[in-house]
Amino acid sequence: MTTALQKARTVLALTSNYAAAYAVKAADVDVVAVYPITPQTTIVEKIAEFVDDGELNAELIHVESEHSAMSAVVGAAAAGARVFTATSSQGLELMHEVLHIASGLRLPIVMAVPARALSAPISIHGDYSDVMNTRDTGWITYIAASAQEVYDTIIQAYKVAETVLLPAMVAYDGFLMSHTTEPVELNDEEEVRRFLPRKDRPNVLKPEKPITMGAFAMPDYYYEIKYQVQEALLGSLKVIEEVDREYGRTFGRSYGVLQTYRVEDADYIVVAYGGASFGNAREAVDAAREKGIKAGAVRLRVFRPFPADYIAKLLADVKAFAVVDRAIAFGGPAGGPVFAEVVTALWMRGIDTPGLSIVHGIGQRSMYVEDFVKIFEMLKDGEKSKVVYMGLRL
Amino acid sequence: MIEIRFHGRGGQGMVTASQVLATAAIMEGKYAQAFPEFGPERRGAPVKAYLRVDDKPIYKREPIVEPDVVVVGDQSLFVSENPLEGLKPGGVLVVNGAYKAPVKTYYVDATSLALKILGKAIVNTAMIGAVVKATGIVRLESALAALGKYFTGRLYELNAQLVKIAFDQTKEL
Repeated sequence: MTTALQKARTVLALTSNYAAAYAVKAADVDVVAVYPITPQTTIVEKIAEFVDDGELNAELIHVESEHSAMSAVVGAAAAGARVFTATSSQGLELMHEVLHIASGLRLPIVMAVPARALSAPISIHGDYSDVMNTRDTGWITYIAASAQEVYDTIIQAYKVAETVLLPAMVAYDGFLMSHTTEPVELNDEEEVRRFLPRKDRPNVLKPEKPITMGAFAMPDYYYEIKYQVQEALLGSLKVIEEVDREYGRTFGRSYGVLQTYRVEDADYIVVAYGGASFGNAREAVDAAREKGIKAGAVRLRVFRPFPADYIAKLLADVKAFAVVDRAIAFGGPAGGPVFAEVVTALWMRGIDTPGLSIVHGIGQRSMYVEDFVKIFEMLKDGEKSKVVYMGLRL
Repeated sequence: MIEIRFHGRGGQGMVTASQVLATAAIMEGKYAQAFPEFGPERRGAPVKAYLRVDDKPIYKREPIVEPDVVVVGDQSLFVSENPLEGLKPGGVLVVNGAYKAPVKTYYVDATSLALKILGKAIVNTAMIGAVVKATGIVRLESALAALGKYFTGRLYELNAQLVKIAFDQTKEL
């Protein structure tokens, strides 16, 4: 028997958006709700091409808004379909109330989100303001760092979502990844379909066995039902790791929930998410080490559920850490949203490693490797317990 | 790693040129990364695109500030900005039309060739031929094969012809 690994490799030059579309095709998705918004649009354009060419047998639903897009996939998933949609920025905001419904109904929807800044002022460029606003919606949230990882993660996300019965979002850098052409190795599609077998779910509408979905809950039950979402989401971390390992055994690529670079003997660690932040942080680790600073970098690949134990373990014994956020938690105590999460994870475990909150790359303000070297230098100089708005002109 | 920065105007297709060359490099088994720097998306506005090619995986995702090669699709850009900014010592300029610059320069009359063959002043594919000739970053056959991923039918044939003619006519100034 030949395995996927022994077969000839198919490597294409794809943007992360096209990689997402190829993953949707490989996953044999049944229903795709389509509404255009930059920088997401080329995903659904490519999927429409696949459907038109007969390469994907899916129902494409052209809806009138993102609120309708999410509502349409909620309905289709409730009817038992494997579904997909994609959006960015204002589109994700418009979906917001339905995001809670998707997790409350425990529907395994998968959505791609090339992350983009929010209005006003209008910006088509990338940052993570949109994704961070979905923090408490009950969705599994991956943040990928390469087109290859976008492809692999969307396939993994279907398996995870259909196992734990929760929706999953695969986010990545708007423009800096969504529109960047890079190599992507594609899997054999038959192999992907064996990896993603169709399974029966308890929460599917069937005329022969009627159930009620989206029912009213009084104070005597509401709390328990929402607690089940919490339990399922926290418990999904283990499934995310198992599926990632199984994917690695089948297709030869796996990522973990955190990616680390030279952390083994590091004194100072930068925590980042997304392709541009981590890619540049990684380069900066090498540059800082040449300057005699024992630097390391960590990438948060899974934001929800938050891998708190792993982060805490990595940061427990270093001299100091910084978190680079591409979003602002307006009016909050910590500048960036993920810095606040990391600090909470440490505090809950009684760890008091000094930390520095860095906000950068807002509205795609250019981030340079040199900026990340500066962060390591700041950490070495003992800077801590404050917020630095990098790249800001004052 | 070779880093190339493309300067053009919206509608000239310089973003596509960077993608075709990245695709060609990937088809040769190399690692490549091509991405645009969009300002307002409109015809005529200055546009930059970046291309990195390496034998190793590429992690860096910053704009290219010290390119090995600068490609200029429209000489009027020398008036409004400095495309040569940050060009590495010994770096190369590939330009549409003879332009006297204080660096090693290759040129081709891309506009005339595009008008003659396509009937439109879309210079990107001619500039692909020029870049391949000037830098050898990929083989001509790879560039033509990659072009087939972006254009089909008669449009492919005309553009492939344009790449080949531009390749032949590109000269060092």
